[in-house]
Amino acid sequence: MQRHLISAADLTRDDAVLILDTAEEMARVADRPIKKLPTLRGRTVVNLFFEDSTRTRISFEAAEKRLSADVINFTAKGSSVSKGESLKDTAQTLEAMGVDAVVIRHGASGAPYRLATSGWIDAAVINAGDGTHQHPTQALLDAFTMRRRLVGRDAGLGQDLAGKRITLVGDILHSRVARSNVDLLHTLGAEVTLVAPPTLVPVGVEAWPCEVSYDLDSTLSKSDAVMLLRVQRERMNAAFFPTEREYSRRYGLDGDRMAKMPEHAIVMHPGPMVRGMEITAEVADSDRCTVVEQVANGVSIRMAVLYLLLGGNEPAVSHARIEEK
Amino acid sequence: MSKILIRGAKILGGEPQDVLIDGSQIAAVGVGLSAEGAEVVEAEGKVLLPGLVDLHTHLREPGREDSETVLTGTRAAASGGYTAVFAMANTFPVADTAGVVEQVYRLGQEHGYCDVQPIGAVTVGLEGKKLAELGAMHESAAGVTVFSDDGKCVDDAVIMRRALEYVKAFGGVVAQHAQEPRLTEGAQMNEGVVSAELGLGGWPAVAEESIIARDVLLAEHVGSRVHICHLSTAGSVEIVRWAKSRGIDVTAEVTPHHLLLTDELVRSYNPVFKVNPPLRTERDVLALREALADGTIDIVATDHAPHPHEDKDCEWAAAAMGMVGLETALSVVQETMVDTGLLTWAGVAERMSAKPAEIGRAAGHGRPVSAGEPANLTLVDTEYRGSVDPAGFASRSRNTPYEGRELPGRVTRTWLRGKATLVDGKLT
Repeated sequence: MQRHLISAADLTRDDAVLILDTAEEMARVADRPIKKLPTLRGRTVVNLFFEDSTRTRISFEAAEKRLSADVINFTAKGSSVSKGESLKDTAQTLEAMGVDAVVIRHGASGAPYRLATSGWIDAAVINAGDGTHQHPTQALLDAFTMRRRLVGRDAGLGQDLAGKRITLVGDILHSRVARSNVDLLHTLGAEVTLVAPPTLVPVGVEAWPCEVSYDLDSTLSKSDAVMLLRVQRERMNAAFFPTEREYSRRYGLDGDRMAKMPEHAIVMHPGPMVRGMEITAEVADSDRCTVVEQVANGVSIRMAVLYLLLGGNEPAVSHARIEEK
Repeated sequence: MSKILIRGAKILGGEPQDVLIDGSQIAAVGVGLSAEGAEVVEAEGKVLLPGLVDLHTHLREPGREDSETVLTGTRAAASGGYTAVFAMANTFPVADTAGVVEQVYRLGQEHGYCDVQPIGAVTVGLEGKKLAELGAMHESAAGVTVFSDDGKCVDDAVIMRRALEYVKAFGGVVAQHAQEPRLTEGAQMNEGVVSAELGLGGWPAVAEESIIARDVLLAEHVGSRVHICHLSTAGSVEIVRWAKSRGIDVTAEVTPHHLLLTDELVRSYNPVFKVNPPLRTERDVLALREALADGTIDIVATDHAPHPHEDKDCEWAAAAMGMVGLETALSVVQETMVDTGLLTWAGVAERMSAKPAEIGRAAGHGRPVSAGEPANLTLVDTEYRGSVDPAGFASRSRNTPYEGRELPGRVTRTWLRGKATLVDGKLT
């Protein structure tokens, strides 16, 4: 494992499988009445959020607290430009207070990479989403969810996602979730297809290890999982597509389309969903939709990442078992 | 006035000859000139060029003296072998009146390191709406002939047409920063494979090429000359080549950094590589070198753009665009054009001195190294190799993309009208 987690592309297959396996151990903690491990007792983690993201921050905070870390939440709304104070000064200020890890969400692509590589601070850096670049813990929790559902909770241990066919639908251009998922799923051996109107696919996508299709219907029957990405309503005003209705007709997942998917196939969404836009209520509330599981799995994955980056050399498994005794 | 004998220099890279400077002029050029009464400069093995001329420099004064001043900028220019620089208009206040351009011009004359020829804004406040008083700036003591809204594109086709037409009255030229604004909203780097991966807003080549295509057609239609700033894409090269083949009066410049660096460097998210127009691909770099060699691109211009440290010591999106370039330009051109066999030193002199002086009508600059000409000269140790150390820069800013990179060549001496501004690599 590396010292920081900046991009899903930095993870080897073995790194990724180790994180998923560790997250399974962490998930058992959540099933207990006392959901807490002493692993990070005395360590301080700061959640440095330059962008609003209540669900990601709460997920990290839950993970940190379950590992007994001391948690500082720092919400600096607006970028360093509008705030006046620079990212460097903010980070150095926090480090001076003695933090061991910085979980950073930032609107600027590359901000976590700069934080980790510019010599500004020594703490471990975990990317909680940067601009339209990466959101590696989201990709990990998605892979975790897929492995559980498509391979099996116990059968999946030590396994990757070889041969699984994953379709990502929606605003690929502006999506850090899409970039992270393409990288990680490829590393784990899955076959990825991106589906979007051509306006929402980046120029340069041809270098990505995936297929691109403009036709949702033709990919559904060949998908083990279909992940829908949120389409922000303001994209409509920038002429990426004519109307919300047209987008929904061509790329939204409704009951009829879901019926074309194989029986075992699942529907995923990183949230927050725009019901009626990319997903109908019928699909969102169906048993095949894993959106709530994804949230639960997010805590386990973030525990695993924090443990592996900060927790020393002992395997989490033994820690967890000692706790159970 | 004092005499200086430069002994055994390879003039434009040719056979060794002596050059005798008497006062502000070159008195004689030949083999075995008498050194009587002259200070002798041994120049064996070194290449003597006419003083370099930069058609595209940001001196930042007035307004951003924290990043550069006319004094520090012209000292940087002398260090880099320049004897004349054209100062861009995007200062605070904007150089859109006779008063501002005269101030900048006079500061250059007072400091005496390098002639400063101000460029006037095309439109008031660089806003692209209303023509600035181009005639008044031309008639001022600064004698402005080059007009540019550089930093911003004159994107309104009618304003561009009128500017092209208007400056014909006094032999002016409009230098266009070709960037279609709508296509580059939120643009952070070249649009392509790397931007897709890094999640940075794309600056597509077509945003440059479409403006150049429009402007060469406008120049043809109204019979004006037009100059293209910092041309950066292979497609732009094709358009300029086509325009020249049609007889359109267009000239174009390329920066040193676009001849050497590619967008792969942006993977570091290090804002020293953030510049406008952005670093492009390897294919573009090779096309630009070829175009500079065959004359499609006329000149090298630095787009020297100083920024204070804090504007680069931050996340990519928050960082300012631009790189300093005056003190590394000749080395980069040697690396990319001379050492690769694409250009001779005579070709370098043409593209970094004679032609930029001609485009900007800089009298007394870019002249041949021959008797009777002004003694604006640059002596280069082309055998030198060393790594770039920004701490040694004369510029007030350090935002170079070349820190630690080994580059060939070093300017050892510069003379401005016979007066040494740089001696053994040190400013006078």
